[in-house]
Order: sequence, then structure tokens, then C-alpha cells
Amino acid sequence: MRHLLTIEGVTRPELEDLLDLSDEFLNVLDRDIPKVPTLLGATVATMFFEPSTRTRLSFERAARALSADVLSFSPGTSSVTKGESLKDTALTLKAMGADLMVVRHPATGAAHRVSRWADLPVVNGGDGAHQHPTQALLDAFTLRRHFGKLDGLRVGIVGDIRHSRVARSDLQAFSTLGATVTLVAPPTLLPLDTTGWPCDTATELDGVIGDLDVVYLLRIQSERGGVSGFTSLPEYVRRFGLDDRRFRLLRDDAVIMHPGPMNRGVEIAPHIADHPRTLILDQVRNGVAARMAVLFRLMTPEARR
Amino acid sequence: MILVAGGSVLTSEGIIATDVAIDDGFIVAVGAIDPGTAEVIDARGCWVGPGLVDLHVHLREPGQEWKEDIASGSRAAASGGFTALVAMPNTLPAIDAGHRAGFVAEQGRKAGICHVAPAGAITLDRRGVELAHLDELWEAGVRLFTDDGDTVADAGMLRRAMEYLAGRDCVLAQHAEDPGLGAGGHMHEGAVSSRLGIRGLPALAEETIVARDLALVRLTGAAYHVQHASTTGTVALIRQAKAEGLPVTAEVTPHHLMLDHSEVESMDPDFKMYPPLRTTEDVAELRRALIDGTIDAVATDHAPHADHEQEVPFEEAPRGVIGLETALAATLTATGLDQTTLFQRMSTTPAAIARFADHGLPLVVGGPANIVVIDPSATWVPDRFVSRSQNSPFRGRKLTGSVVATVFEGTVTHGPAS
Repeated sequence: MRHLLTIEGVTRPELEDLLDLSDEFLNVLDRDIPKVPTLLGATVATMFFEPSTRTRLSFERAARALSADVLSFSPGTSSVTKGESLKDTALTLKAMGADLMVVRHPATGAAHRVSRWADLPVVNGGDGAHQHPTQALLDAFTLRRHFGKLDGLRVGIVGDIRHSRVARSDLQAFSTLGATVTLVAPPTLLPLDTTGWPCDTATELDGVIGDLDVVYLLRIQSERGGVSGFTSLPEYVRRFGLDDRRFRLLRDDAVIMHPGPMNRGVEIAPHIADHPRTLILDQVRNGVAARMAVLFRLMTPEARR
Repeated sequence: MILVAGGSVLTSEGIIATDVAIDDGFIVAVGAIDPGTAEVIDARGCWVGPGLVDLHVHLREPGQEWKEDIASGSRAAASGGFTALVAMPNTLPAIDAGHRAGFVAEQGRKAGICHVAPAGAITLDRRGVELAHLDELWEAGVRLFTDDGDTVADAGMLRRAMEYLAGRDCVLAQHAEDPGLGAGGHMHEGAVSSRLGIRGLPALAEETIVARDLALVRLTGAAYHVQHASTTGTVALIRQAKAEGLPVTAEVTPHHLMLDHSEVESMDPDFKMYPPLRTTEDVAELRRALIDGTIDAVATDHAPHADHEQEVPFEEAPRGVIGLETALAATLTATGLDQTTLFQRMSTTPAAIARFADHGLPLVVGGPANIVVIDPSATWVPDRFVSRSQNSPFRGRKLTGSVVATVFEGTVTHGPAS
């Protein structure tokens, strides 16, 4: 594995290797001094062309926990506003000594393009509505820690699937690891053509919620046109929001996940977001370990498969 | 004197194995000719016929000369076997008035490498709000009108242009893309776009406009040309309109004949164009339609963009790809057309649609010496291009069919002696 650009095509053994590594790094994070010298002297560059807090912080925390240095780039404070191209930005960071690049961008394929231009490992930190592979890893990791395995789990991913890179990545990771995935959204927020996708689709939450082990809620991606997929926010809340009535339909051992940022009162009722059956903060914590696993695999030559 | 020796020549008597002699811009002999002191183009094993005619090129002048200009585009055209081009009017400024059309024609004459005919915009500045100076454009020699790059979306506006021009010997050409159905689209809407999370342009965005326009043709009687037809549904509409006897023609690009939307999985902007690459079924139907004549002509939609403009993610890349230098080979590779049909689709019929008197003619004594020599079996792999821009979807792809020589008004513009 040279880059991590997509979950598509990543095999079960490769995923399990990364999850096993994540377990080890989670132990590191629980130590008194939550740091190992593995990547001492190496530099991780984060290039985030989209507003993001948690993903960037999570990557930077992961890099520092492995003792790597961090070069942090965001267009608000940079020459992108002066017309610099993505390619020139990438080559500039490489010239400054980056050994690996994490790229987030509002357009599909941005990380993929960077991987062609800059001769170094690239991690896709989210590209448009396409892929967000480390999110899929941390979500699979969270489910494996909670349930022991993903085989046989029934996962419903609910919300703005059409514009969601999280949904596209998670459904592939989950199904590769043996879970059954149902995408739940109004027809206008489902992808137009899911022929051949390893999942079912449903247009009503009430019909499927009682069968699920995992309810994975998504935010409406208003920046990608998600709000045009329904007529009003109250209507969306009424049909797809996780409220008290729907919570009571859940199986007793079902859990609730969300990639963040959450919109309390829309996809999830405000108090349910804090319920012990949510794994939302576990996802955040596990995300650091999962990203340490990815950095470790891509940056230590002897560990690379 | 130039002698094209030993080729399979398209004459008014059909295809004959013979020689063609050229002098002072004209064909002076067709038959077995003693070379004497003539400059000889060896055409053994080659097809010889009228120079290719492209109904659809973007030469970027005036306004975007870093991508291409009329001279550099003409050189690319000559090396692709073309002797006549229709230059799209989406320049900066747009070709929406007589003097602007005159400028393009004059630059073409100055370059002197092929005939460059300006197309005129249908609406002022191609904004779709008011009609362009159609009469002035007509007087300046414009015979093809289009807002190409954009669709004349307002049916009332297009109706008025059709009514205004219906009595004249010219054609209204449409880039068919419904702005509502196609809004924000970057590639064909289908399985690949869904997986990549890239917003799609549905086939219907093209077909609804073509269907609507055909109703306006029935109403007005104006000659209408479908630019870069790309879907099975569009082919069906054209087939039906022709059966009805409507004055309708259509073109297809070599890339739509050869490539499908799975190419976008590479996320390389060299596969980004409007209309987008469609499905394998559409590709097969377009090939059939070109072979059976439902689609009249191959046109490149040559759309140059500089390297640095392509060094961006797919969704941010500009629209279009170059095509002049690969058109012949891609078309032959995709369709295997015979010599007669190839010259019809790439020379004679497009010349008729563009109202070119001196192009697309069988080679006869006294005729203009606009000639191409094609080796139909040579294989090659495109790499670098004569065009100022290099954004080709065919780079690195083995193609069959090459241009041995091009002669424009009696001068060799491409070939062994150029």
C-alpha cells in the first residue's frame, strides 16, 4: 500500500491489518505518555482545502503521537487565494520536506491527482462526495471494538447519501468486513445509480430501523446541494430524524453513530446525541488511533506491505 | 507541380487507382502521369480524396491565445488532414457581429494553412437574452450560427432566430444541454458518476433540447444541425426527424465514437468534455448511426486548454479536449469506415453543411487542390501534438490510420515535403 486514496478495492486482510494496528495504537494513546518515537524526524503535511476541524486535528494528533512533525496548510492563510494551483501547492509542501501528504478537497479525485504529481505517499482526507477512507477505517474500528466483529451486523446509513463521501467509504469497508448495509434516504438524496453496490436502499427509516444493529446518521451536506433534496428541514426531521419515537423502535443492543459535525435537532434529537448508546465520541477517539495506523503503514518502509 | 502518385483516388467516377497532378492551386490532371520534375507524394497503399472538413473547432482567437490561435490551430488541422474549419464563436469577445467574423476570417487567410470560416453566435455575447447581429454576420459570410458551449435555452429566442434565418442558405446549430437538467454536471450521469460522487449530466439534458428544437424546425422550416450528438436517444430523434423529411443534420465527435464514461475513473481532465463521454451502449449506437448516415458528419469539437489549466481536480477542470490531429485515426479505429463513406462523413457532407464551395469535392481536373492522403492501415500512438495545447484523450492509445499529406489550395501544408 503506497497511498490510501479510496476504500474501494482494499481487501479484507488489508483492512484487518489496519484495524489490528489501530488496536495497538489505541493502547499507546492510553499510556501516561501517549507517544511513541516511531516517526521521529518524519514530516506529515496536511493540505485542507475545505473547512474542517476534527479530521485535520485528528491527523495532526496522530502524527504527533508517532513523533512526526506537522506542516499544516489551509487556503485561508495561503497563496491559494493568490491563484496558486493544487499542483504547485503540493510540490511546494514537498519541497519543504513533507514525507506524506493528507489532502482534503471539495472536488472528487483531488488526492488522487496529488498522488500523481508528488512522489510521496498521499492519504485522502476526503474528496468531494467521493471517498473518505480514514473515516471508514475509524468507523469499522469503532464497530469492531464494540461488537467484536462486523460479520453479520446490520448497518443503516441514514441521510444525505448522494453527497456523502462517508457513506461511499463506509459501505465498502463495512461490507468487505461482513456487515450488511442499507442506505436510507429520500429518493432525491440516494445516489442515482447504485447498481452493483454492496448494499440495499430504502426510502423510509421507519420500515428498517427495528432491524438495525447500527444506525449511522449523516448530516445534510448543504454545501453540496443536499438541502435541495427535500422540501423543508422540518419535513426531513419528521421523516428521517432520530427522535424518541424512532429510538424506541431500536433493538436494545443497537448503537448510534455519526461522523460529525452533528446538527442536533435535525438528523438527531438533541438529547439522543448524548445517550450512552451513541458511539460518537468513541469514533473521535478511535479516529486518532486509526490514523496512526495509516501513517505508520505508509511511512515505515519495513512495515509497508 | 506536385504529383500524388499511385493512390486510391476519390474521383467523380468513383474510386480509381491513379495519379493526381496539382499546379497553381488546381488539379491539372487525373490519370497516369509522368513525374518529370514534379514534387512527388508517394500515395501507394493510400486513400486520396478531398481535404477533411471540421464543422466544430475552438481556435481560441481572439481572447485566449495561450491555449491556441488561428495559426496554431490551422497547423494542427493541416497535420490532421483538414483543409477547412468552422471556428466556433465562443471567443472573447464572442463572434456576434460582422466585423468580429471578419477578423476571424482574415486571421485564417493570413495564416493561409486552411480555410477558416467563422461561425456566428445566435445571441448577443452568447448570453441567450437578445439576438446577435445575424444580418451582419450573414453579410460577413457566416453560414453556421450557434451559441456553442452554451445552449440557446429559451425556446422563444431560438424560434425567433430560426424564423429570421429560415429563408437563407444557412444552418442553426445547437449545443444541446438543458441548463436545468444539466446543472452542475461534470460527467455522464450514471453508474460511474454515482460511484465517484461527481454530479452528472443526464442523457435527457441533451435529448429534451433536441426534441424541443425539432418541434421548432417543424414550425419554422429552418435548417438545423445537432452538434456533438452523444446519446442513443438523440440518434433516435434525428433518425425520426430525417424520416419525416425535416432539414436536419448531425455531427459526432471521434471521442464519443471511441470512449465511454468509465475513462473518468482516472479522474484525468483529459476526459472532461460537454457533452460528456457516455455509456458503451451509446458509443455503439453512435458508431452505427455514423455508418448508416443518420449522423452526417464527424466533427472534432477541438477545445484546447493549457497544461496548467488541466493541473486541477476533474470537477475544476475546463471543458473540452483537443481532437484535430487524432480525428481521422480515431474515427477509422472506432468505425472501420470504407474510403467512400469516410470521405462523405469527414469531407463532402460537412462541407455541404458548412456551405463550402471549394471543399469536399471529388478530385477532378480543374477542381481546387484541397486534398488529403491517408494511410488507412498505418498504426501510431499519439504523444505530442502540433496544437498549442496537449489535452487529448487519445494520448498513449494505439490508433489505426494516419495522414500522409495535406494539400491546401495547391500547397503542401502537411506531409513529406511540407
